[in-house]
Amino acid sequence: MNIIAKRSASWVRGCVWYLERRALQESPRRFLHLLRNVNQQWVTFQHFNFLRHMYVTRLNRSFNQQIKPKPEPVPSPFLEKASLDEAKTEIYKMRPLSPPSLSLSRKPNEKESLELEPTPVIEGSIAVGTETKEEKQWKEMKLRVDDLPGILARLSKIKLTALVVSTTSAGFALAPAPFDWPCFLLTFVGTGLASCAANSINQFFEVPFDSNMNRTKSRPLVRGQISPLLAVSFAACCAVPGVALLTWGVNPLTGALGLFNIFLYTCCYTPLKRISIANTWVGAVVGAIPPLMGWTAATGSLDAGAFLLGGILYSWQFPHFNALSWGLREDYSRGGYCMMSVTHPDLCRRVALRHCLALVAMSAAAPALDVTTWTFPVIALPINLYISYLGFRFYRDADRKSSRKLFFCSLWHLPLFLLLMLTCKRPAAQGDAGGPQS
Amino acid sequence: MAQVSRFCPPRKSCHDWIGPPDKHSNLQPVHFYIPENESSLEQKLRELRQETQERNQQFWANQNLTFLKEKEEFIDSRLKAKGLELRAESGQKATLNAEEMADFYKEFLSKNFRKHMYCNRDWYKRNLAITFFMGKVALERIWKKLRLKQKKTSN
Repeated sequence: MNIIAKRSASWVRGCVWYLERRALQESPRRFLHLLRNVNQQWVTFQHFNFLRHMYVTRLNRSFNQQIKPKPEPVPSPFLEKASLDEAKTEIYKMRPLSPPSLSLSRKPNEKESLELEPTPVIEGSIAVGTETKEEKQWKEMKLRVDDLPGILARLSKIKLTALVVSTTSAGFALAPAPFDWPCFLLTFVGTGLASCAANSINQFFEVPFDSNMNRTKSRPLVRGQISPLLAVSFAACCAVPGVALLTWGVNPLTGALGLFNIFLYTCCYTPLKRISIANTWVGAVVGAIPPLMGWTAATGSLDAGAFLLGGILYSWQFPHFNALSWGLREDYSRGGYCMMSVTHPDLCRRVALRHCLALVAMSAAAPALDVTTWTFPVIALPINLYISYLGFRFYRDADRKSSRKLFFCSLWHLPLFLLLMLTCKRPAAQGDAGGPQS
Repeated sequence: MAQVSRFCPPRKSCHDWIGPPDKHSNLQPVHFYIPENESSLEQKLRELRQETQERNQQFWANQNLTFLKEKEEFIDSRLKAKGLELRAESGQKATLNAEEMADFYKEFLSKNFRKHMYCNRDWYKRNLAITFFMGKVALERIWKKLRLKQKKTSN
């Protein structure tokens, strides 16, 4: 949260500096007076608002500025907006556009609807008072090339993709095979592309539903920053090379798993979210497949160790998602999403606890399956007990506080768990006695 | 609950314009640009998008307003059942916490399940149709440009 506050503060300072510079060019006297009274360290919200108002009502400028609302800062894609309790100051990013020619040689278009209002200030020709605040918020649906990377990153849920790719990497690293860098990189890129494709299609399907949920209302398709056609084309341009890379660059099994996962996520999980609570279990399988893919990329086959890793990720999804969904019940109910937290709250908490305990059991199974040494369950016990304890508290208390604690714990539990597994990986035996199966 | 937008884009613009989220439906309305030489395919696409937008707007505005109304009724009935005042001494409206609201959320979701099923099917069909037509229109435009170039080079 501190990082967000710092980043927001530096944005505000940057914007204020820019505004003040422009304003000074306009009316030095008024602003010098203001500056004298302002504390240079922290700009107050009123000061910022005043400068913004001055800026926006300026007319005699020869070039136009477009104010684009900055997407609300979210540290993780899973974090619900409602859980951020700090007051949000509005931060606007300003970008100058090239000056349009203000020639009056416009062809009248008969098909155009009757103008009920004078044209908005963007054309730079109308008096201030007639333009409403609402009109200022209309944006031209024109794709700008420099915006595209950011838009595509949000479309492909880049942070979630990063998480998926790290679980795949963990699967690759934990597999009992010598670490092969070229193979690893191909797996990394292929899985990343497949994940981007799946996430884009997911967003493509969910536009009106995403608009109605606080957590997802800033997505690119919801905001019209990209057309559905472009989103689908982008997804195809990621899926085809991604799956091809996995199939021919790594091995067909990994490619098949990747393709299957894309299908499972886009065609099963996404529509199922609005039909039945079974979506959570399907979604857990979707989360379990990437480490499986990492394993098969390294070894070329699915064995017990692979399924153990998949099982760990599968079980992890429940405390993670069930805890998150506890705070989103109102949005789910209004938006028509079938989630356990709304329809079967007891089941929701019971399942979360059950799978916390399953994680403990699977840690113990890891050395038995030759994935790790016996040190692993011992050193992982503290974090496993802690998440189980929070799972129990969530089960018993059934309130927002316990759900948030469990959710945040799941965020650091998984990376730490995988890291500990890696450090305790069973070393490749010299002889063939007790060696890991290939 | 379709609200007519009073927005008019600048005459010079040849793109669609998207507005702020509607206060009832939370959907961002699009003002469609009609080019002078709009082909029949482009017109079909625009009309499909317009119709989809209106249907979505109507559905979600209605849905959200119903939700708010029924939520208020639920809170009132629960507070009355508890024998509590609807407003605290400070004048602020009394509310129930998330756990008390859980019954309402469950009931609302199951009551509207059929409606959502229908809406989902409709939306998926329309979304795919719109995207398909967008693809056709894009190809048509590329073809037109190529033909124009060919004409120019042959002249």
